[in-house]
Amino acid sequence: MKNSDLTILVIDENAIRASVIEDGLRQAGHDNVTVVHELLGVARIIERLAPDVIVIDIENPNRDMLESLFLLSRSVKRPIAMFVDRSDADSIQAAVEAGVSAYVVDGLRKERIKPILDMAISRFNAFSRMARELEEAKSQLENRKVIDRAKSILMKSRGLDEETAYGLLRRTAMDQNRKIVEIAQSLVMTAGLLEK
Amino acid sequence: MMQDISIGFVPLLDSAVLLAAQEKGFFAAEGLSVKLTRETSWSAIRDRLAVGHLQAAHVLGPMPIAANLGLFPLSPSLVAPFALGLGGNAIAVSNALGAAMEEAGDNRDLDPARAGQALKAVVEARRAAGLPRLRFGVVYIFSGHNLELRYWLAANGIDPDADVDIVVLPPPFMPDALMTGRIDGYCAGEPWNTMAARSGAGRVVTVKSRIWRSSPEKVLAIAATLCEEQPDLIDALIRGLYKAAVWCGARDNHAELAAILATPDHLGVDASLLKPVLDGAIAIAATEEVQVEDFFLPCEKAATFPWQSHALWFYSQMVRWGLCSHSPRNAGIAANSYRPDIYRRALKPLNAALPGASLKVEGALLVPTPVGASAAGLILGPDGFFDGRIFDPDRIGDYIREQMS
Repeated sequence: MKNSDLTILVIDENAIRASVIEDGLRQAGHDNVTVVHELLGVARIIERLAPDVIVIDIENPNRDMLESLFLLSRSVKRPIAMFVDRSDADSIQAAVEAGVSAYVVDGLRKERIKPILDMAISRFNAFSRMARELEEAKSQLENRKVIDRAKSILMKSRGLDEETAYGLLRRTAMDQNRKIVEIAQSLVMTAGLLEK
Repeated sequence: MMQDISIGFVPLLDSAVLLAAQEKGFFAAEGLSVKLTRETSWSAIRDRLAVGHLQAAHVLGPMPIAANLGLFPLSPSLVAPFALGLGGNAIAVSNALGAAMEEAGDNRDLDPARAGQALKAVVEARRAAGLPRLRFGVVYIFSGHNLELRYWLAANGIDPDADVDIVVLPPPFMPDALMTGRIDGYCAGEPWNTMAARSGAGRVVTVKSRIWRSSPEKVLAIAATLCEEQPDLIDALIRGLYKAAVWCGARDNHAELAAILATPDHLGVDASLLKPVLDGAIAIAATEEVQVEDFFLPCEKAATFPWQSHALWFYSQMVRWGLCSHSPRNAGIAANSYRPDIYRRALKPLNAALPGASLKVEGALLVPTPVGASAAGLILGPDGFFDGRIFDPDRIGDYIREQMS
């Protein structure tokens, strides 16, 4: 079965995620993939491409406009249905959870669309996981910086060595049933106030 | 035990009753633990209702009807047992179009007939000069905005399909689109008309409450399965919303309500833009305000009652503009999308004044009129259409035929 005869349009304001999806589609043998990052002028692109499948992130504020295009435009001829088949509840659930929405030309066979949708879902999920991990790494780095700051304040103001300063932070956190970073944050903030 | 429920909303002034129910503790008092989720499009709200991420949502009045008629790519079964107020929209135009309309007789008083006749003169002059058609933005196809804009245009002799272009645009983009000339006008809810007026991007030429006074706008849509399975939960939800609507309706609370709406998690706009709108003082240009009676009613005049005649009017206009076909079966689906029976069941214990009828003749009340209700003190109207037409839901076939001929 050839994949290259399906025309696919990916609309995503997030350029990195869009390229991750495009990459997946190309790996699966889809050659006719077009990516757009904004909806301005998309009506003309859809008219020209006549895509069989449109993949768009569910949070895109322009989806209402896109759906009106399918409904009203005389130039977009074939009716477009979301997903493959309304009875395929699990797919739809997984897609919405991942943040994918897809519009598919009526009459396309389910086994042709399912792999595209599954790929988009898994790549969207992978992307969110990546973004979350990046966010966590960033906040861990931030936390470490705050704790270091607090340690050095204690070392300076109380003449402690690093180990004792950290021990003091940890003990205070345990006593108050709070996180070390919270104790460090309030210490840094208080020190900041006192300096002024 | 607290019951968990997720409710979606779009950041608009008319999400006020829903946000107040949460922030003022009316939901909690009913034993509900509500999670509010802000959404960026009506399509996303509909999809999340369909897959059960949301159990209920602030939606456009025609949406439950369109969903139950299967008109969406993904159509969940929805029930609308509670309306989130009456009125609240306006029509804004670019400064250039506003000036042209003024030259053609519009006198900045928001009169839909005068403004409409002026617009018609501009449309005709443009056609004679070979200029492109004017382009208007609406927020969604199945929206009060689209349907009332079309009603206003058609009643003024402007064919919404042949004489102008109507496009869909997310409301936050509208003031900019007006400024840059991508559109010439739009019909949207608040705060987006105020935004355009105050920033000098355009001028408000008429308002929903003058096109059709006391007219329906947003409703609370609930997944039909949940409505059947958990009637107690639904009743608690409706009671919480009703008490919030009463609170929102009191003028003394408007400053606090504006502050609730203004927070970054909600609308994220300055409270000083919202408070005047709640008080009915509508900005029509940068430094010009007009006091509009009944601009947005969250509570008064049975503003939360899901009239089936409202559902049928939306349906009649959907048929009129070719969005669905008319049949007794479709009309039945439309009417039953709104559920006054559930509203009454939920509010009976509160001894509130509940309308006895589920449908009314729309546009028949010329003055405020006391009506039959479960308790004294229910006053409806005036509720007229600006062109003096009347919508009798019992004669919906005739109404549609007359409008389409």
